Amino acid sequence: MHFAAVLPLQSGAQIRDYALSFETYGRLNADRSNAVLICHALNASHHVAGVYAGQEKSEGWWDNMIGPGKPLDTDHFFVIGVNNLGSCFGSTGPMHINPDTGRVYGADFPVVTVEDWVNAQARLLDALGIQTLAAVMGGSLGGMQALSWTLQYPQRVRHAVVVASAPNLTAENIAFNEVARRAIVTDPDFHGGHFYEHGVIPKRGLRIARMIGHITYLSDDVMNEKFGRQLRSALGQETAATSVGAYLFSTQEVEFQIESYLRHQGDKFAEYFDANTYLLITRALDYFDPARDHGGDLGLALASATSKFLLVSFTTDWRFAPKRSREIVKALLDNRRDVSYAEIDAPHGHDAFLLDDPRYLKLVRSYFDGVLKEVAA
Amino acid sequence: MSDSATMETIARLVPPGSRVLDLGCGDGAMLAYLKEARRCTGYGIEIDDANVLACAQRGVNVIQLNLDEGLSLFDDATFDVVLQIDTLQHLRNAEVMLRETVRVGRIGVLAFPNFAHWPNRLSVLRGRMPVTRRLPYQWYDTPNIRVGTHADLALLAQRSNLRVLDSFGIEGGKTIRFAPNLRAGTSVYTLSR
Repeated sequence: MHFAAVLPLQSGAQIRDYALSFETYGRLNADRSNAVLICHALNASHHVAGVYAGQEKSEGWWDNMIGPGKPLDTDHFFVIGVNNLGSCFGSTGPMHINPDTGRVYGADFPVVTVEDWVNAQARLLDALGIQTLAAVMGGSLGGMQALSWTLQYPQRVRHAVVVASAPNLTAENIAFNEVARRAIVTDPDFHGGHFYEHGVIPKRGLRIARMIGHITYLSDDVMNEKFGRQLRSALGQETAATSVGAYLFSTQEVEFQIESYLRHQGDKFAEYFDANTYLLITRALDYFDPARDHGGDLGLALASATSKFLLVSFTTDWRFAPKRSREIVKALLDNRRDVSYAEIDAPHGHDAFLLDDPRYLKLVRSYFDGVLKEVAA
Repeated sequence: MSDSATMETIARLVPPGSRVLDLGCGDGAMLAYLKEARRCTGYGIEIDDANVLACAQRGVNVIQLNLDEGLSLFDDATFDVVLQIDTLQHLRNAEVMLRETVRVGRIGVLAFPNFAHWPNRLSVLRGRMPVTRRLPYQWYDTPNIRVGTHADLALLAQRSNLRVLDSFGIEGGKTIRFAPNLRAGTSVYTLSR
């Protein structure tokens, strides 16, 4: 959807003549009360559920969560997936033309924040004729957007489902983002962010960015279980535990299975993801900090939230650890908000929020059953 | 202790409209009842996944938390009533949690199986640990990490400098005020700082 009106950004910059890609699932009911907005994290898109006709492996990124009969049941809810500004899946981003210059934005794409995204999403809802969301839901950076919705538009959100998220990033977390950004920016093919006009892509940087990201999305245990010390040369011959193939005694070859996996993930990612988008989105993560305007007091920051909350964290998630979710829970408790919180004992680290854990999926289903009762009432 | 007479008896100790924290809230039945029958609001604390789900299904606010990690999520006197219904016997730090209960709540309501109930005494006299409707577990296979008596809790309250506002027993859904330590399977205390 195209938006002609200027969107003022938190940085003081603005963006005009932009487009947002979105998909909807299910049907908006007569009183327009059953809409649920899904906010995506770093590398996802508006395609949250279902498959595209005739395209294999085109399942939406939260297809296990959203769809007919799924925990967020599109037989009952009208679900909206939206691609954020600056991303690279159809919405206006760094690879598009800047209407002010007639040239590709590249590195000149304005820095966008979680708050800016939420403002843009709110305009999309305006255009769709939806005043109030039954719920807003997201995981990780998506959870930050869901939380921000309850602060920026408290009167427009009845429920917020915030999964594997945090009230801000810790220094360690920003550090990981910075390593990823430096990998991209120092790639000779980056060309100060204007690589499009050189006909190249800083793939080396993107690959490394993705590799480090991937490490932080998994847990030590799950990585060991999946790969252990298994050698690539021994792949398929033995189990991870008994792998005793011969070392290559090479510093450059792929020796261990985990290396092969990370390289593969990096290669895949570099094929489809935009380098400038990676910089923008990790920066949005870094900047998010609703308590900042309240002397660091999250309780004060969340005083304006009036919606009801479900928070979920995963015990082995060290990138968005349970204690970060508990900070949000505490701030909501201090404000006497309706909040439920589950800490799912899943082994998969941060990635768990995208995976099939029956406790997690059943809980979300039950929560949305309750939301539906309110909507129907 | 799921029978409704007992639940109602304990619920009567909770003033209507109270803000309630239910420590070890189980499937959320008590909170749901307090919400419905006494217009209360609040949260349950529960560690067990199945119970957390049951609470969500009932539409009760539930926070998944191990009570042995304490109640640092909650500020002083933020609740009118803090419930500990059949929770005490599962806690490692029962004494600390007792103080936490009355720190976070203006009053604490405690209920737990009274080991001095006469059938239990008879059983121990015969040389065997009791297995009853109230304490249905074999000694070698029980979730209770301790047992205590109605009389014991009075001493613990005194030791912790807590005020006993009321105490009685419940047996067969009925309030037992005469010799509850002998006659009641369930001990109930209302405490404050």
